Amino acid sequence: MPPNATITVEHVCSHAHTYDTTSRDLAARATLGALLALGAWLLLYRNLPRLARWGSVEVLGCDPRTQLGTAVEFLAYEVPKVLLLLGLVVFVVGVIRSYCSPHRTRELLVGRREAVGNVLAAGLGVVTPFCSCSAVPLFLGFVEAGVPLGVTFSFLISAPMVNEVALVLLLGLFGWRVALLYLSTGLLLAMLAGWVIGRLRLEHWVEPWVYAVQLGEAAADQRWSWPQRLAAGRAAVREIVGRVWPYVLAGIAVGAGIHGYVPDGVLAAVMGREAWWSVPLAVLLGVPMYSNAAGIIPIVEALLGKGAALGTVLAFMMAVIALSLPEAIILRKVLQPKLIATFFGVVASGILLVGWLFNLLF
Amino acid sequence: MTVQILGTGCAKCQKLYNAAAQAVAASGVTAEIEKIEDLQQIVAMGVMLTPALAIDGQVKSSGKLLTPAEIGDLLRG
Repeated sequence: MPPNATITVEHVCSHAHTYDTTSRDLAARATLGALLALGAWLLLYRNLPRLARWGSVEVLGCDPRTQLGTAVEFLAYEVPKVLLLLGLVVFVVGVIRSYCSPHRTRELLVGRREAVGNVLAAGLGVVTPFCSCSAVPLFLGFVEAGVPLGVTFSFLISAPMVNEVALVLLLGLFGWRVALLYLSTGLLLAMLAGWVIGRLRLEHWVEPWVYAVQLGEAAADQRWSWPQRLAAGRAAVREIVGRVWPYVLAGIAVGAGIHGYVPDGVLAAVMGREAWWSVPLAVLLGVPMYSNAAGIIPIVEALLGKGAALGTVLAFMMAVIALSLPEAIILRKVLQPKLIATFFGVVASGILLVGWLFNLLF
Repeated sequence: MTVQILGTGCAKCQKLYNAAAQAVAASGVTAEIEKIEDLQQIVAMGVMLTPALAIDGQVKSSGKLLTPAEIGDLLRG
């Protein structure tokens, strides 16, 4: 490892660099720790099927030929698998996020031409750290800097909807194809909906005081050292995995449980791909509901398992995550009701199209 | 010394407020804790991510739920 070599040389040559050396030493140690953890992760992940079998057969004494035995082994494999994937992705995203402050995002978006801005904003929405109660201060900061309204909306749509937790859960439970579909349509929807709102020229439906706001001189973005970035990744794992694991457990248990007990295809008539009206119904039901990506997964699992069509379920999931009543109430502080209605209308129409498209294709 | 908690009243802001109260009590510093919930004032202080914590008008952290220990370090700052 080259940094190590430099450290030794500097160590011998000069005492003036003592501080530098220790900080580099720390960085090397933190990197080494992360690599070791990654090694352990890989080892665990690759041996998970064997461990799950061993755990359910030898430790718990379940007979793999019985229905209960298969269910236990399924749980013992799926739960750690999804949690491991979640941990790794949340860690990586946590480290990436330490590079993306909202101030930097704002700088990147100022003065972009609209179409380019929408694409960039949707992408940045995925990696900029953001909790729903920050929607309004972020909106104010963006508009104050002169980021176009439509571009700001692209950001506000993609940030909650396309996130790492949703992606990992979809990946772990339904495979990479569903996860990729969700990612790409979510991004596309954020870009297009923002672009449409920008085209409609609705600036006069923003509360007038918004344009009078001045964003204060920001405290300079704190400078992160490499160990601090890794620590931010670890903190993200603790926080997010700590919050989300019950939903993972519920999602997988629902998946394991309903196979045997609820007849397959019971929902096919109501939510199958033949029923075109099921997509608007799913959106209508989903909009007022409020949940984060993790909370909705058990429901998605149950719906898909019982014959609901993929497009209908995706539309439901997007409607729940991207649009909600509490969000409308929060945005009311800065937007006039007409603009909130337009925003919801445009995004809901987009979700509708996504739903129909998937039901047509799959 | 005034510790200011900036946020529009979400659950995380309340948690940060409690953490700040704990930190102040533990550190023995005489400081009052103030909640800033007015959006214009929050933005005027340069904050786009809530909850944020400022000491005497200087923003120390934003978008993070600090632990009482971390706030203690900022108080001794």
